[in-house]
Amino acid sequence: MTDVSATPAPAATSERPRGRSFGKIALRWLLYIVLGLFALYYLMPLFVMLTTSLKSLEEIRTGDLLSLPRELTFDAWRTAWSEACTGIQCEGVKPYFWNSVMLAVPAVLISTLLGAMNGYVIAQWRFPGANIIFALMLFGCFIPFQVVLLPMARMLGLMGIAGTIPGLIFVHVIYGLGFTTLFFRNYYVTIPVELVKAAKVDGAGFVRIFFAIFLPLSIPIIVVSVIWQFTQIWNDFLFGVSFSQAGTQPVTVALNNIVNSTTGVKEYNVDMAAAIIAALPTLLVYIVAGKYFIRGLTAGSVKG
Amino acid sequence: MAKWFETHLPKIVLAPSFIAILIFVYGFIAWTAWVSLTRSRLLPRYEIEGFIQYDRLFASPRWDTAMNNLYIFGALFIGVSMILGLILAILLDQQIRVEGAIRTIYLYPMALSMIVTGTAWKWILNPGLGLEAMVKGWGYENFTFDWLVNPDMAIYTVVLAAIWQSSGFVMALFLAGLRSVDTEIIRAAQIDGIPTWRVYVSIIIPSMAPIFLSAFIVLAHLAIKAFDLVIALTGGGPGYATDLPATYMYAMAFSRGDIGQAAASAMIMMLVVFAIVVPYLYSELRARND
Repeated sequence: MTDVSATPAPAATSERPRGRSFGKIALRWLLYIVLGLFALYYLMPLFVMLTTSLKSLEEIRTGDLLSLPRELTFDAWRTAWSEACTGIQCEGVKPYFWNSVMLAVPAVLISTLLGAMNGYVIAQWRFPGANIIFALMLFGCFIPFQVVLLPMARMLGLMGIAGTIPGLIFVHVIYGLGFTTLFFRNYYVTIPVELVKAAKVDGAGFVRIFFAIFLPLSIPIIVVSVIWQFTQIWNDFLFGVSFSQAGTQPVTVALNNIVNSTTGVKEYNVDMAAAIIAALPTLLVYIVAGKYFIRGLTAGSVKG
Repeated sequence: MAKWFETHLPKIVLAPSFIAILIFVYGFIAWTAWVSLTRSRLLPRYEIEGFIQYDRLFASPRWDTAMNNLYIFGALFIGVSMILGLILAILLDQQIRVEGAIRTIYLYPMALSMIVTGTAWKWILNPGLGLEAMVKGWGYENFTFDWLVNPDMAIYTVVLAAIWQSSGFVMALFLAGLRSVDTEIIRAAQIDGIPTWRVYVSIIIPSMAPIFLSAFIVLAHLAIKAFDLVIALTGGGPGYATDLPATYMYAMAFSRGDIGQAAASAMIMMLVVFAIVVPYLYSELRARND
């Protein structure tokens, strides 16, 4: 990503007096040192989590926080994955990890598809009131979800999906719609309406124009929307803890239960291994597709 | 019939989402507002009784703590994240060789769940075996760093972890802003011999006002909604020392069985968000329509 040619060429600096250029070089070093220290600050917790998860409890008690493990052991990982206790059950995070997968995948796909169609209608098939509808949907992104928790708990009960994974999928789709619609609306609004007009002249209808013209144009924004929704849903805790029951909890809730369970010896290495397991999917997405992740983050907040 | 269907298809496609938003956002807000005016306890009741729940809320020392914590947390979290984000963005804007890698490192915490962040910092800040024990092990026997278990200081551990998580994001926002400033003006200033720091202070930073506003809105929004981080890091404790409005609401709704208090506290949270977001959204939408 860095444009190497943009760094000042040595020829330019050699014209300057010697002292000035020495000062500049020193300043440059200082800059890199400061940036490096901040990099260490951001990496430190991840480093601590990783090394702690690879130590034995004995070594954690005797060693210090930043030391590397003297003896690598993967016991904590095994325990975290399949044996750690989340309250009364002791099956590790494994079942909850799969709960999160089964919940995130359909919720991400449904909310993205709905967002794409909504954005398509609002941006390209403008009708009176469409902007008001968009504003109302957009506003839904900003409410603190506490204000819908109580009625939603009752509604899920009435619908017969309280405490189930379909119930959580439903909740995530509803409250993800605002953002996915925003993504696609802002993307499609830049496509000239003449395209739809021309396609209509050629006899294509609403559905065909969407699937044959707009969807193929939308790959980048689909990626943004999928990544945004996946990160949101995977990392969600509030809905997970409010609307699940023993057995249907997502991985974030299970992690919190493992860490805060008060029974038995505190196994910090297991806590850290469980935390890394819970973080791995979103971390992986970030490393593979960071550019799109940042675009999603900034889409709602930067003008234009 | 088919013709009617075809012309109204766009509206038919949008309708389910719109109706869902009307019910599940606006209808639910109305429900919560209604219940906040009743004597509901374990079960909702629907006879309006006035503002008794709000009177109880404002008289509650626990809510008082929660709001105070929100001020402390909000001010420090927003302030420090913005300053740190701006400084990092300016440092990274100096044609750094490995900018992409550094940016990736600064921003990755944003991809983590707050529960993971809370778990990690809970371990690091734990006095018995974490940072405090480590510094003691280096020979500084008198070193204490017990914020996590000290009721007066525990809220600052939440600030610490939240800044770690979000400052990289603010950096990315500001960096994008710095890059969008017209380079012609900057070059002209440099030709005139104006020092770099003055170019930043007098030209670049003032032109980024909209980005400051965006960053503020996003951070304020994160602060008011802060819930998971407190749950994972301190559990709201010691005692109620690190309660925030969000954890208060959750406790009332799901462990205390006090629906009236839960609804009233949720409404206050929403009013705070409204006060911040509505003027912003209004100006955004107006600017777009003009």
